[in-house]
Amino acid sequence: MQYIIIIISAIFVNNIVLAQFLGICPFLGVSKKTSTAVGMAGAVAFVMTLATIVTYLIQHNILNPLHVEYLQTISFILVIAALVQLVEIILKKVSPALYQALGVFLPLITTNCAILGVAILTIQKDFNLMEGVVYAISTAIGFGLALVIFAGLREHLDLMNVPKGLKGTPIALITAGILAMAFMGFSGIV
Amino acid sequence: MKNFTKGFLKENPVFVLLLGMCPTLGVTSSAINGMGMGLATTFVLVMANFVVSLVKSGIPDKVRIPSFIVIIATFVTIVQLTMQAYLPSLYESLGLFIPLIVVNCIVLGRAEAFASKNTVWSSIVDGLGMGLGFTFALTLLGAVREFLGSGKVFGLTIYPEHYGSLIFVLAPGAFIALGYLIAIINKLKKA
Repeated sequence: MQYIIIIISAIFVNNIVLAQFLGICPFLGVSKKTSTAVGMAGAVAFVMTLATIVTYLIQHNILNPLHVEYLQTISFILVIAALVQLVEIILKKVSPALYQALGVFLPLITTNCAILGVAILTIQKDFNLMEGVVYAISTAIGFGLALVIFAGLREHLDLMNVPKGLKGTPIALITAGILAMAFMGFSGIV
Repeated sequence: MKNFTKGFLKENPVFVLLLGMCPTLGVTSSAINGMGMGLATTFVLVMANFVVSLVKSGIPDKVRIPSFIVIIATFVTIVQLTMQAYLPSLYESLGLFIPLIVVNCIVLGRAEAFASKNTVWSSIVDGLGMGLGFTFALTLLGAVREFLGSGKVFGLTIYPEHYGSLIFVLAPGAFIALGYLIAIINKLKKA
């Protein structure tokens, strides 16, 4: 039961982009076309899950026993940066097809604050490893959902007659605001 | 001087370059939160630019980015611990966004694009200018949202709270207010 609550809460109620404001840069940056949005969402899901597992193990097996919790920020960001590099190298060797699909997005992910954010939130919320993994995967699904919907909306926006002053970023942000309002309708489910 | 003033309007990190959007939208439910976040980021920016420009010749090109990240993360940890000790209420309301200064693209962006190529002095000035431009943007957005949402600016009541529209304090209002602010700034820049 607690897994279902984590899943619904992470995807809809506390959507990482629209309610918690993490990962806005890729949300605005790679949402011009639906196909790139799907690629980015896949790459984020992959790295987010791996990063959460690795940082969880580091926190509970290295930082906590040595009482150096204040090194959390430094160690987590280094691990994530290294992990992204590693994933890139491994994917290139093992699965060139997957690398083709996700490759361009991987370097961007190091500075995606959603990854570090979820790693830290998993520790703050006192999840165990399994809950952390479920939380990471469902957060990534929530990110992908918001990204793909938003990309679809923006594809339509390009064809619309937008007031001159609002063209480009302003109208995109206002659209995101209305989307966030729609997602507010989910609050209260959990 | 030019390095200092460009951050405010012409190259404002938020309104023009669209960097650092997560804290911009996430913490600006009130003017004071926006200002606190802006000043914390300014401190990290100035110190990171200072140290990066000092040690730039000693860092091999290949490990440049990871070394910058370690430098930035060090100062973020300093800010985090200091704030926790002396400004616990601000620390509470900014929450997760304090450690996330590490992945704020502005900080790494300035270290890579400016401090790694320029002298110590001009890097400090650049960091200060960019940081204060960021603070200005966050405070402005925070003030607008607080004013529309609850009728206050910096906690001072301007009009009774029940006339305000709560939506501007909540998540959707952040996107909408920033959208209109950018449209206005674009207009002002052209004029």
